[in-house]
Amino acid sequence: MTKKMKLSQLSDMLQDLNVESLEGVTIEGDIELNITGGGGLNPALAYAIGSEISQISLHMANIGRILGFPAEQLFASAFGLGEMPQPQALPASPKIQELLASKFEVAKIDNWKNPIQEVTLGATSADGGSRKSTVTLGGENALPYYFDAEMPHRNYITMDVFDMPINMAKSVKGNYEDVINDPAEWAKKVVREFNADMVTIHLISTDPLINDTSAKEAAKVVEDVLQAVDVPIVIGGSGNPEKDPEVLEKAAEVAEGERVLLASASLNLDYERIAKAAINHGHVVLSWTQLEINAQKELNRKLMKQCNVPRDSIIMDPTTAALGYGLDYAYTNMERIRLAGLMGDDELTFPMSSGTTNAWGAREAWMVSSPLKQDSDWGPREYRGPIWEIVTGLALSLAGNDMFMMMHPTSVQVLKEITQTLYGSIEAEEIDITNWIGAEV
Amino acid sequence: MKINSPLEAYKFLPGTNCMECGEKTCMAFAAHLIDRSKKLTDCTPILDAKFKKKFTDLDQLLAPEIREIEIGAGEKVVKIGGDDVLYRHKLTFFNQTKFAYDVWDTMNEKDLVERVKYIQDFKKFYVGDFLTVDMVAIRSTSNDPKKFAAAVKKVVETTDLPIILCSFNAEVLKAGLEVSKGKNPLLYAANKDNWKEVAELALEYDVPVTLFAPNDLDLLKSMAKTFAEMGTEKLVLDPGTFPTGKQLKQTFNNFTKVRRAGIDGDREIAYPIMAVPFTAWMAHDDPVSASYWETVVASVFTIKYGDIMILHSTEPYAMLPELHIRDTIYTDPRKPVSVDPGMYKVGEPTADSPVLVTTNFALTYYTVESDISSNKIDCYLWAIDTDGIGVEAAVAGGQLTAAKIKKGIDGSGFDLKKDTSHNTIILPGLAARLQGDVEDETGANVMIGPADSGRIPGWMEKNWPPQKK
Repeated sequence: MTKKMKLSQLSDMLQDLNVESLEGVTIEGDIELNITGGGGLNPALAYAIGSEISQISLHMANIGRILGFPAEQLFASAFGLGEMPQPQALPASPKIQELLASKFEVAKIDNWKNPIQEVTLGATSADGGSRKSTVTLGGENALPYYFDAEMPHRNYITMDVFDMPINMAKSVKGNYEDVINDPAEWAKKVVREFNADMVTIHLISTDPLINDTSAKEAAKVVEDVLQAVDVPIVIGGSGNPEKDPEVLEKAAEVAEGERVLLASASLNLDYERIAKAAINHGHVVLSWTQLEINAQKELNRKLMKQCNVPRDSIIMDPTTAALGYGLDYAYTNMERIRLAGLMGDDELTFPMSSGTTNAWGAREAWMVSSPLKQDSDWGPREYRGPIWEIVTGLALSLAGNDMFMMMHPTSVQVLKEITQTLYGSIEAEEIDITNWIGAEV
Repeated sequence: MKINSPLEAYKFLPGTNCMECGEKTCMAFAAHLIDRSKKLTDCTPILDAKFKKKFTDLDQLLAPEIREIEIGAGEKVVKIGGDDVLYRHKLTFFNQTKFAYDVWDTMNEKDLVERVKYIQDFKKFYVGDFLTVDMVAIRSTSNDPKKFAAAVKKVVETTDLPIILCSFNAEVLKAGLEVSKGKNPLLYAANKDNWKEVAELALEYDVPVTLFAPNDLDLLKSMAKTFAEMGTEKLVLDPGTFPTGKQLKQTFNNFTKVRRAGIDGDREIAYPIMAVPFTAWMAHDDPVSASYWETVVASVFTIKYGDIMILHSTEPYAMLPELHIRDTIYTDPRKPVSVDPGMYKVGEPTADSPVLVTTNFALTYYTVESDISSNKIDCYLWAIDTDGIGVEAAVAGGQLTAAKIKKGIDGSGFDLKKDTSHNTIILPGLAARLQGDVEDETGANVMIGPADSGRIPGWMEKNWPPQKK
């Protein structure tokens, strides 16, 4: 009874044998060595085979010794050696002439089974709105840009517009001085000149501690912005928990049918009013919590179960902290939320939005120079600010964030470039990096 | 790490609860081994000869999935790799990404020395410490062994920072190794053409070596397997960093694939990964655009599994975000988010010193504290319990309110009327809207400080002590 097997299989088998339990073993049949290859073996292969055979014979000899045969004497006489060679005397680092073959393999993640909910913002005339285009977020089956599954939609950027002049970092302000008193013109500018996918109108003047603009007045600004641009819009309140529900209700009413994003419902205000406004006028709710995954689950649950907001009408904002000011929490919070969603927690399977503009709160983004004398020179702030916003957004894009609320045109341009590159839609001339070391730069 | 419960580690420990490691029980120590907050060598009894087998076995079980490699020598030695997880919240990432900035052997000597010193001295204060960069990469643009040796010599004379010797010519690398003996430099790189010669150098000089297989993971793995077989596992893998377009997307895939395979237990590929954001300079002519793109690429691969990288731009607007994104990703997520709420003294405050309010979010607290103390301002600093949320977000979210501030003050036993001469609280500029409420709640005078604590010194000059009304 002969059986063909590869040398390596035999070697592996013998290696795995637990020789202590070798009882009553019989070795039957012939071991056939069939070395093929026309025109002689290449030296590396011959060496490798030689090594394999020698290893096998050592294993065999060992078995022999266990069975009581003085194998070492046989070796000694056969090779004319005075004593048994120690295993470590074998060549430890053979000079290898050819690369050892190896194939790279990696498994896909098998517990990402739950797709993220798709949510569409904006409505065209076919759907009762007046937007020229819509934006769809979500639908992922994997972490962003991963090879496990295609990402169905790219990231989108909505640029901030305010209903009154506000304090801004100098390098941001320079872009908006001509439109700072006119939200409609401001909205036009970010779409036409800065390539914004969407516009966020922040109704901050409604705050009783600022101008206490009435909800009705504020709604007019929303109408103006809807007139001025034909991209989907986000409507933000002032952040005042008493006033926001009223402001957003009125805004939702005048934006009927446009499928705007209402920003935002949170646990510390009457979220039910905002949810109702969204349901009644066909909008989407931004579910905002502060760096706490369980609070996010709670609010989403309340929006769905208590307020009956449909699943396709919820986007989450788990809070963005700036680079250097808590981005580690924001990053990990988003990453955990996205992983939990993919693995089946359906209270967290919603697209995410980031207030990336928060990056401008970092002093590194706007201060002329470091307030600390020991620091190295911080360099020109007009370059520091935009990259601060970019890196803040980029980190969160890798954690699973879908939509970015941003401020500086350069940041928008660069973040689009990198997120769309990783998404796979940017064509570029191929670059040969084989000899990058010698590059003159 | 091949085990994941304290019980599995406990089996190997002496079990005597001797407390020499500082823990009360061997089981508690075992838990620290599993979360990698203690090392096996902290257990002195297990180092005894009679436990040798148990020590060796457990040491192997505890070894991180990704090999840990040392580069450099002496005080500035750096470690890379050593990770056990794909997501930082699962444990933490170990050995933060090392940043090497380049010099090249066709630079004139004065420029080279200046650049090396700049790299070595660059620092930024952050939460109680300085962020700094790590290494110098010396590129051979001349391809001339003599020129390269001269440049390497100059670098090691100038700095103790670990170095990377960069050339695809083994002759050139050898010349660099000769003048950096004892410095344990990283070789960059073996590729499909030169690997035999470079492997011999790595073995002969006993230094770590980078394997470069641009967008060819089979080749990369073959090389790693071959080098290991030849006798070195001090390997760093460079799957190629392509700077733009579909090639960059592919690069991203390669990094995530290699790391996942390594963490999943494929030992043949479980080595630290090298990224080369430098290649951004091959895609952009304008230096600001190139710097920006390099920073972007560096950020992507700091987040996604780059363990070491070679960079070119030394502009602060590149280095500062690079340092901060690295800190972001490598900060141990298990460490507390907040400081204990309460009243803290900064310097030696008296009854005339100002009383400042901030939150108990650790980052906010330490930022304010360092701005005040480094400017030698004596004051009381009140960390109000905002559930560890920063000022702006806490005001918006209702965690920082007049009632909370009143409660914080009352809870600390500090009496504004008795313990200060001014009965005044200074609120952060970002909490300005609370002014009226806080006045009503506490009966104290309320002043509004600057929106950024970096401006406290200037604010103090103008506004402190307060004008008597």
